[in-house]
Order: sequence, then structure tokens, then C-alpha cells
Amino acid sequence: MKFLQRSYIFLVFLLLYIPIIVLIAFSFNEAGSLAEYSGFSLVWYEELFADEEALTSLRNSLMLAVSSSLIATVIGTFAALGLHRMRAKWIKSAVNTVTNIPMMNPDIVTGVSMMLLFVAVAGILRANDFFGFGTMLIAHVTFNLPYVILSVMPRFKALDVSLSEAAQDLGCTPSQAFFKVELPEIVPGIVSGLMLGFTMSLDDFVISHFVSSPDFQTLPLYVYNQTAHNVKFSMYALSALIVVTILIILLVVNFAGSVGKKGGAK
Amino acid sequence: MRKVRFSALIAAALILLPLLFSACSEGGVSGTKTLYVYNWGEYISDGSEGCLDSNAAFEEWYFETYGERVKVNYSTFSSNESLYAKLSSGSVSYDVVVPSDYMIERLIAEDLLAPLNYENIPEISNILPEFWGEASEHSAHDPGNVYSVPYLYGMIGIIYNTAMVDEDDPSLGSWKLMWDEKHAGNILQFNNSRDAFGSAQYFLGLDVNSDSEADWRRALEKLKEQKPILQGYVMDEIYNKMENGSAGIAAYYAGDYLAMYENNSDLEFFYPEEGTNLYVDAMCIPKSSKNKELAERYINFMLTEEPAIANAEYTYYASPNRLVVESEEYIEYMGEIKEDAYEKMYDTDAVMTSTYKNLSGEKLVLINQLWEELKSDIEISAGIYAICGVIIAVLVSLFAYFGIRNKIRNSY
Amino acid sequence: MKKSSLFQRLAAAPHIVWAVMFIVFPMIFVLFFAFTDADGNFSFSNITSLSQYGHVFVLSIAFALIATVVCLIIGYPLAYFMSKQSPRAQKVLMVLVMLPMWCNLLIRTYALMALLDNGGLLNSLLVSLGLEKLSIVGTNFGVILGMIYDFLPYMVLPIFTAMTKLDPKFIEASQDLGCTSWQTMTRVIMPLTASGVISGVTMVFVPSISTFYISQKLGAGKIDLVGDTIERLFQNPSTYNVGAAISLVMMVLIIISVGIMNRFSDDKQPGDAKTGKGGGIMP
Repeated sequence: MKFLQRSYIFLVFLLLYIPIIVLIAFSFNEAGSLAEYSGFSLVWYEELFADEEALTSLRNSLMLAVSSSLIATVIGTFAALGLHRMRAKWIKSAVNTVTNIPMMNPDIVTGVSMMLLFVAVAGILRANDFFGFGTMLIAHVTFNLPYVILSVMPRFKALDVSLSEAAQDLGCTPSQAFFKVELPEIVPGIVSGLMLGFTMSLDDFVISHFVSSPDFQTLPLYVYNQTAHNVKFSMYALSALIVVTILIILLVVNFAGSVGKKGGAK
Repeated sequence: MRKVRFSALIAAALILLPLLFSACSEGGVSGTKTLYVYNWGEYISDGSEGCLDSNAAFEEWYFETYGERVKVNYSTFSSNESLYAKLSSGSVSYDVVVPSDYMIERLIAEDLLAPLNYENIPEISNILPEFWGEASEHSAHDPGNVYSVPYLYGMIGIIYNTAMVDEDDPSLGSWKLMWDEKHAGNILQFNNSRDAFGSAQYFLGLDVNSDSEADWRRALEKLKEQKPILQGYVMDEIYNKMENGSAGIAAYYAGDYLAMYENNSDLEFFYPEEGTNLYVDAMCIPKSSKNKELAERYINFMLTEEPAIANAEYTYYASPNRLVVESEEYIEYMGEIKEDAYEKMYDTDAVMTSTYKNLSGEKLVLINQLWEELKSDIEISAGIYAICGVIIAVLVSLFAYFGIRNKIRNSY
Repeated sequence: MKKSSLFQRLAAAPHIVWAVMFIVFPMIFVLFFAFTDADGNFSFSNITSLSQYGHVFVLSIAFALIATVVCLIIGYPLAYFMSKQSPRAQKVLMVLVMLPMWCNLLIRTYALMALLDNGGLLNSLLVSLGLEKLSIVGTNFGVILGMIYDFLPYMVLPIFTAMTKLDPKFIEASQDLGCTSWQTMTRVIMPLTASGVISGVTMVFVPSISTFYISQKLGAGKIDLVGDTIERLFQNPSTYNVGAAISLVMMVLIIISVGIMNRFSDDKQPGDAKTGKGGGIMP
């Protein structure tokens, strides 16, 4: 029985990984073809690192991911605090519902809805360079917010109210009590929200597709453009690098452990 | 301890952020101008495999000539229609765009292009008289070339794989090949409305600029008839698909055929006898450009010998530039690619051709509608219905079963 | 006595402003565009013109349904078997499930297409073995296969998480009380992992029904789903209105189907549906 189970697991994972393995294997193929394997070579990696467009989009992606996740974390953490303290139940549930819209909606609907807003604003401002980093940042912060709130909220709920009260009895103002007593308790939730936002932003293609301009291209958009044209094998090299990077991050998070265990995402 | 870590994180982020911003704006904001160029995919010599990188060469040349650094931001589109959408939405601005003839006509009509100042484009004298000026026969879209400078031109033909299509196939030489059921599943059609409708119109012997709705509807019927035997509607994905033998027959632009032939010598090519499209792609400057003079210098640079030859050699498209067509080295280069490459690209008189013209607004709306009709024309096979029916039946009976069971239990 | 300062009361304000500006307003724009014509006049013509896309909707729903069910059939036993492995093996398997989830969808879809294309590796292998070629790209089967391949991990992960949270005492108890292993499965394990299934189903169904990249690559531009249609209509300003109408209909469809599914979930966890990916990186 155990053997059957293991072979089933093995089989499913094998099927799941064959395309990725083939991709990585052929990124080392000198011939630059899927039909013949002419020998091991790093030529496509060299070409990738000589490709300025790819490097620029990598830099753009990182910049966008860092800034959008930071902004979302700040806004989202305060939002979680405010919502936690909010007495009016109906406002609370209304805000929660609205916040979750980008999470429930298919990405494509979120993307086109933001695009319509930006097109309208650009029309009013008569700005023909409105799309770019700004619109991308707004979109990414927006879809990161629910994830941040979702990671931070449980921490607030688990917070011991008496601690904050004790601090206030001992002479802290409510905001001092928040920064000195409560904030340190919720930091793990904030960190996991930040990391979540960072990865979501790095990975997003669909929403970016609708709110981007050629001026500011991220890595997924670069991949999309590449696969719509005559695909160069440096794309395979890029993909292989992305897969390996994510594998390393996952291994570190799961086995080095400390951050992963504290994460309050779920 | 935790607080320390949190502050450290914030501090690190604060340090990292400006660094990233400065890294990004390095080329953009701090003084250097950026030139936004929007061109077809695979349509400029990009420095791969030792050829000239035309954009980098321009940046270098500009610095040497004017002592100023400029940055070319180069992006690509895959159909005239998507170029038009970007330009007319007004949400992005470009300095140089390269539409085809009929689209130039439309952009002029909608007042989206800026007239060129030829004082900044002295190299225009390199363009052959057939392609530029009052008397040119290929400038009907822009009489007198007020707005456009021809970049490259070509004709649409049909590419086929000799390993999949017999030498004596009776459909060879005609658009019929694209409708031949024998090759079902191996045929690729254009994924843009004008070229796709064009193929059907040429096949049916209709005018590609027809004013009659009935003509367009007849073309649509022809395309609907073709849809079941197609492998797909694609644009530049065609390179990989034809090169690796995933598809055997496709209509595409002549120059691109040579690029594919270079990677797969089984591929052959012909111009259909019923007639085909001749297009001229030309460089234009949109009205919204903020660097018009720089854009004109860019256009001028592309007309000089080195980039003009490099672009023609890279794309294999026919060049309207005298310096290219008269270059011994270029002719030799084309001969090395394929024996008859030069004639195939340049002998437009041997082929029956016509050009697309801009259509009335009403017709454009119609084509859009018909294209939607074609794309949403989907036959759902009985198999799909059957599978879904089974799934829904199983789900419903499961829910019914559990629902009843729980009811019975709860009633105890 | 808990005092809450002005600061604490206003803490949510920036978020509320943000949410109104960038979530509520865009939704209003979708509504506005869906019910106006190109000149901005109120009209139902977009909605009525949707009948043209009837088959597109049916096909998308059918594909998403099939892909979801197949993912469940493959994924549920997989998650169950995974939960039976040693803790260390579970950790490794978890990483193996999460890796495809976190590596970009475009890359995996393209890799699959390159493998399955008529002239791809699979067919070269088949030919060299003297077998018939398989036409997968450009067929319904290809698109469904792409969905299953891309979204299977989204099904496995939440179910697996639910399985690991399952207290083994329940299983022992059920066995002590004389359940057969089949009864333990259907009466104890399945109901207790239902919330994982619901979340997995949502996470496969929603992206499947709205995808356009998978159908573009594996359907070769010939099989147009709702996502492709929206994407195409939003490339041209003159068709934004119809595009908005289609988006609206799709949104409503999804809200209804997610609503139905959540009704069947035992423990009500509203808004928990799509968070599985979130749960992914940090178990």
C-alpha cells in the first residue's frame, strides 16, 4: 500500500516537473533548439546577461515589488489596527468586503477595472505619459493590501488587551502603548505580510499587463513579450534562473525555519 | 530583540528604496533624453550574432555628433491595430512609430501624426524615387511623404514545409492551400483582422478595400469555413512553429520567410497567383512626441548606409534605400541566404499586388465586429457537453445524497 | 477601561481612502462602461450584444469545470498520500508543490507548450519511436491540459494543509468505533477536509475561467475563452464598453459560483477562498 502511494506521488510530481526540467536542461543546449541536443553550453546565459532589456525589467520588477509591498504593509498594518479597534460593525464588514474584492475577483477584472480608471484620469489630465511606474505601483499596492491585512489581523486578534491597558495605567499614551507594547507583538504578521506582498508583486503578470506602459516593463511582462515573438533561448536561461531562485528561497524559508514558523499568513 | 529586528528591517528598506530608485532613474531623469521607439517585433538589427545593434549605434553616433547622451527605449508591437490602439488611447507617448501604409493613412486622417521637418533628415535623398516624394508610386497613403519615411517593404506570401506538402500538390501557388482540408491542423492564419480578411478576399477575388458590406461578409464566411482546419491564429509565434515543424502552412510577410528558412531549409515560399498584398512600413512621428527633433535625427540615422544595410540584412525585408539595394555586399549576403532571395524580395513586378487602404469609420467598425464574430465562432463538441453533463449529474446526486443523509440524521 | 486615541481611530483611514479610490472607483467604472455606449450615453446594447459570446462563456465554464474536477480527482488522493508520509518527506513534498505555484505561470505554460507542440520534444520522441504524432496544441484538450498542469498545485496545497491539521485521534476513534477504512474516509476525513477542498476548488476554478495566456499558447489563438475576449476587447478603446460588460458578467458568475461553493463549506470562513497562495510560502 505504502509503495502504491509513493509511486502515485512520484508519478504526479514527475508529470508536474517534466516541462520545467526540460526547460532547464535545454537552457544549456548549445544548439538553441528543442529538437537536437548539441552539447552543454552557457552561451544562452551569457546572452541573457548581455540583454539590457531583461536586466532592466529585472531591476524594475524588484523596485516595484519592494516599494509596493512596503507601502501596502504600512497602510495595511494601520488598517488592521484601525479595523480591530473599530466599534461600528457595519463599517468594519463593509471595509473588509471591499478590501477582499481584489482577492476574490479574477486578476483580469481587477486589471481592466484599474485600467479604465487610469485611462479616465489620463484623459482628464490630458497626460499621455500617465501609464508607467505610478500606475503599476498603485495597482500592486492595491492587490497587496488584502494579503497584508490578512496576515496582520490575526495578530491583533490574538493580542492580550490587558498588556496595552497596563502600559496605559503606567503612564503611556495610547499611541505610545501601541508602538511600545503592541507593535512588537504583531511584527511577525507584518513581516509575513511584507514577504507575501513582495512575492505577489514580483509574480504578477495579468494586472500589470493592463496598467503598464512600454516605459516600465517588469520581468513577467518581458517574458510575455518574448513568448509572443521569436523566442530566444536566453528566455529559457532566464526561466531556469527564476525556477532555481524560487527553489532556493523556498528551501531557506522552509528548512532554515525561523521566519517561516512565525509567519501568520494562515 | 524583536523591536530591534523590526527597526533594522525598516531601516534596510529605507536605504534600499532610494538606491533602487536611483538605479532606475540613472538613464531616465538625470539629464539624458529618452527616445521612445515603437516598432514591429523582430524588425531592427539588434546586435545578436555579431550584427550591428542599430539602436545602440544611434546612441553612440548621437553622443559623438552632438555631445549629448540619449537613450533609446525600444518596444515592439505585433499588429497595426494594436499600434493604433496604443496611439489613440493617448495613455502612452512615443517618438517614432513604424506603421504600415493603410495605418499611416488612418493616423494622418485622425490627425495623430506630426509633419516631418526634412531639414533634420538630409539622408532622405537615399530613398529611391519610387518610394519617396511627389512622384513616388508607393506613397499613395501619404502623398508627398509629409508624415512618413519608408523603412522597409514587402509582400505577403505563403510559406510551406516541403516535408508536409507534396511538391505536386495542386493547391500550391494559390491561396487555396490555406483552405485545403488535406492539411487540416497544420495551417496558421494571421491573428490580425486586416491580413486575415485580406487572405480571404484575395482568394475570393474581392477588392481588399471594398466598400460593400456584402463583400466583407463573404470574406467572413470564407474565414469561418477555414477555422475548423486551422491550427491557430498567430502572429510572431509563427517563427517557432514553422521552424520546428509544428505547423506546415502559413501566410506571412516575405522577409520573415527568409528568417525562418535560415533555421529550417525545408521551408518553401510562393506568392499566390490570385494576388497579394504589398505593404510599405514607414517611420512616423506621433503628434504627442516630446522630442521631435531627436526623433527626426533617429529617422535620419536609420537612412544612413550602415544601419540601413544592417536592418535590411537582419529582417530580410526589402529596403527602399538606394545604399542598400546597390550594395554589392548586401546582394551577395542575400544570395548566400537563398539563391533567389534577392529576386523574391525585390521583384514586385512579377507578382500581382495591391495595397490596403484606409477604410471609412463605418467599415472599420464593421471589420471589428466581423472579426469578433469570427473569433467567438466556436463549435462546442458533443464530447464537452457530455463530460460536463456527467460532472454536473454526479455533483448534484452527491449533494442530494449527503443532504438527505444529513436530514435523516438530524431528525433523530 | 480601554481608551482609544484619535490616532488609533484614524489608523484605518488611509486604507479606506485607498480602497475607495482604487477598488470602489474602478468597479464603478466597469459598471459605467458596461451600461454606456462609446459616446457615454446610457445603453443596454453592450449587454444585449453579449449573446454573440454565449458559446465563449459556455466553453470557458465547461473548461474550468473539467479542469477543476480533474484537479480534484488527481489532487485529493495526492494530498492524502502526502499527509501519510514522514514529517521530513512532507516538508520536501510541500516545497515541491509550492515551487510551481511560485514560479511564474507564463514560464510554466510556455514550457508545457514547447514540450507538447506538434514539433515539440514529445512529438519528436514519438516519431523517433515510430509512433503517430499527437496534436495537442490548438485543441480543446490542450487548453484543459494546460489548466490542469498550471493549477493542480493550487488544489493540492489547501487540501494537504487541511489533512495535516486533521487530528489523528478522530481517525483512531472512528476505527475504534468500528468504521471500515472506507467509512473513515467518507465520514471522517472527507468532511473534515471539506474546507480545504472548497478553497482548492475556488483557487483552480477562478483562474481557469479567466485565463487568457493558457488559451493563447495552448489553444494557439484559435480557442477563445472569456479571458481572451476581454483581453482583446481592451486593446481597442472603441470596444472598452463591450469588454466591461463581459467582465461584469464574469464577475457576477464567479461571485455566484463561489457563493454556492461556500454554502457547502462546513466551517464558514468567508474570504478565505483565494488565500491559499498566500498560505503557500509560509506554511
